[in-house]
Amino acid sequence: MSVPGTGSFGDFVARAHRAGKLVVQPRMGVSDPAAMRIGLLATRKATATAVGTITLDSYTRMGDNANARAALAAGIELNGYPIVAHDPAVTRSVLDGVAGPDFPVQIRHGSPCPEPIVAALIQAGLHATEGGPVSYCLPYSRMPLEDSIPNWARSCDLLAEVRSTGTDPHVESFGGCMMGQLCPPGLLVALSVLECLFFRQHGIRSVSLSYAQQTNSDQDTEALLALRRLATQWLPDVDWHIVVYTYMGVYPRTPDGATGLLEEAARLAVRAGAARLIVKTVAEGYRIPTFAENVAALETAALAAEGCLTIAGDPVDTGIHAEASALIEAVLDLGPNLGAALATAFRRGYLDVPYCLHPDNAGRARSYLDSTGRLQWSSIGSLPIRGVVGPTDTAKLTAAGLLASLSYVERTFDNASLEQEFQAVSDDSSGSTGDDRDPDPGNRSPAARQSA
Amino acid sequence: MDHAAGKEVSADGLSVVLTSVSSDSHTWNLVVLQLVLEELGHQVHNLGACVPDELMVSKCLRLRPDLIVVSSVNGHGFHDGLRLIRQVRSHAELVGTPMVIGGKLGIAGPGCDRSRAQLTAAGYGAVFEDGTGLAAFQSYIGRLAIGQAS
Repeated sequence: MSVPGTGSFGDFVARAHRAGKLVVQPRMGVSDPAAMRIGLLATRKATATAVGTITLDSYTRMGDNANARAALAAGIELNGYPIVAHDPAVTRSVLDGVAGPDFPVQIRHGSPCPEPIVAALIQAGLHATEGGPVSYCLPYSRMPLEDSIPNWARSCDLLAEVRSTGTDPHVESFGGCMMGQLCPPGLLVALSVLECLFFRQHGIRSVSLSYAQQTNSDQDTEALLALRRLATQWLPDVDWHIVVYTYMGVYPRTPDGATGLLEEAARLAVRAGAARLIVKTVAEGYRIPTFAENVAALETAALAAEGCLTIAGDPVDTGIHAEASALIEAVLDLGPNLGAALATAFRRGYLDVPYCLHPDNAGRARSYLDSTGRLQWSSIGSLPIRGVVGPTDTAKLTAAGLLASLSYVERTFDNASLEQEFQAVSDDSSGSTGDDRDPDPGNRSPAARQSA
Repeated sequence: MDHAAGKEVSADGLSVVLTSVSSDSHTWNLVVLQLVLEELGHQVHNLGACVPDELMVSKCLRLRPDLIVVSSVNGHGFHDGLRLIRQVRSHAELVGTPMVIGGKLGIAGPGCDRSRAQLTAAGYGAVFEDGTGLAAFQSYIGRLAIGQAS
């Protein structure tokens, strides 16, 4: 069987990083193969150092390939590319002449049972994916960790076999995202490292550690530097890099607010020495973005990254490294088999994700946003970090307080955008040209925004 | 296991089953609604994300709640919600249990009176679509609690 000669994902990112280029990447997936190919081509042609994404649909994510096939047969559009339901030859034709050493393509899915997905991506000649036994189980499913962990172990074992073809397979941990928002950085960092250690235990030699932009850029910088130190310490013998996710919570709805948040994420990635950034688009607050919106976001992020020359010095140490380190070591102390250790850690509450309703999550840890927009613990449950965190604030969480926290970033960036607009209107009357990036300034009026 | 968090429940507090639908993996809506209901003095059994119909029905048969709240934001809530209430109402013990639904129920956004009418015809006591705000939900809960107490 001949497969497209796609180069190693980790190697592409490492080369770009050495050349001083931030790799940017969209989330993108449609069910129609011809359209999927167009989306990949558009990503490839973007004025940016980009890698391609095929995001899968929710039927495939849940292993419901019968329903995915039925939808394809009935011509129903899915919310992603059903890589298992499509014939491998179809997927190879989507990738033929597009994916290659200069344009690796990653499969993004969200599945706690990814074996069929991994088998399908290997058949299509691909070798990069993402997720993890915890990060793709707890937030989005009811599947017990005791099932998700062996599912992920088998999937990594299977993917590791690709190395015999001469290309190093790559797995990215989604552990730096947990719930999208309100998870304190120490726990995000620890989960990213632990999942990458799990991948390594199952034969993967090229990994990436994720971290999702949160609510305070100083705190995010400190978290990313802690993540880098811990990766250096715990993953000395594998190829690794850090990937930043542009904010994953409630997204700003004004075009300038959305763009401002994306640019901030790009600068954060550069400052903290991350190698790759997953972007968000101006349409994020409303609907699934178009290819054109994705390309615009890639180019905006690439431009912001290029313009950022500062490297972070030593930010104030608020204890993120110590906290993540304590969590990682507590899990590793539970035994040499990391899968079993992760399951035990959740059972005992040594790992406990705030606001996660999964039956295997203890649900005793809680977090809040302080007045400076930093994420803090309000309760640590059984997390083994008492010595690091100190006494926690026991202020009662209210529904209104939680809603305000969930929309903090959206309000911050949308308000800044509206203020800027007010300024631009005053400036316009005095002859200023204002902001020329916006193709349709008419959409920016507060009235238009409110009616949307 | 559900996440009834042992908060203070007022004497006339309702026992509420709070649930998503089988296809919906979102949970922030459930976390917020649990707090809203607890602040009003009610006891919440939060069933979490991707609740299969059978699990939801068996929980309700066991707990015999005063109210069932269905919250969904993935756009499948209309279809999944209609199917769900038929299953609930097929059990004699749950024929009279008040049931409400809310969130982002369709992919086309709020404002479709016909789908709202279908949901109420199927037995939902109220439909709270995206953009309605929490006040309408809170006032519905208040009326129900008074009705139960009297």
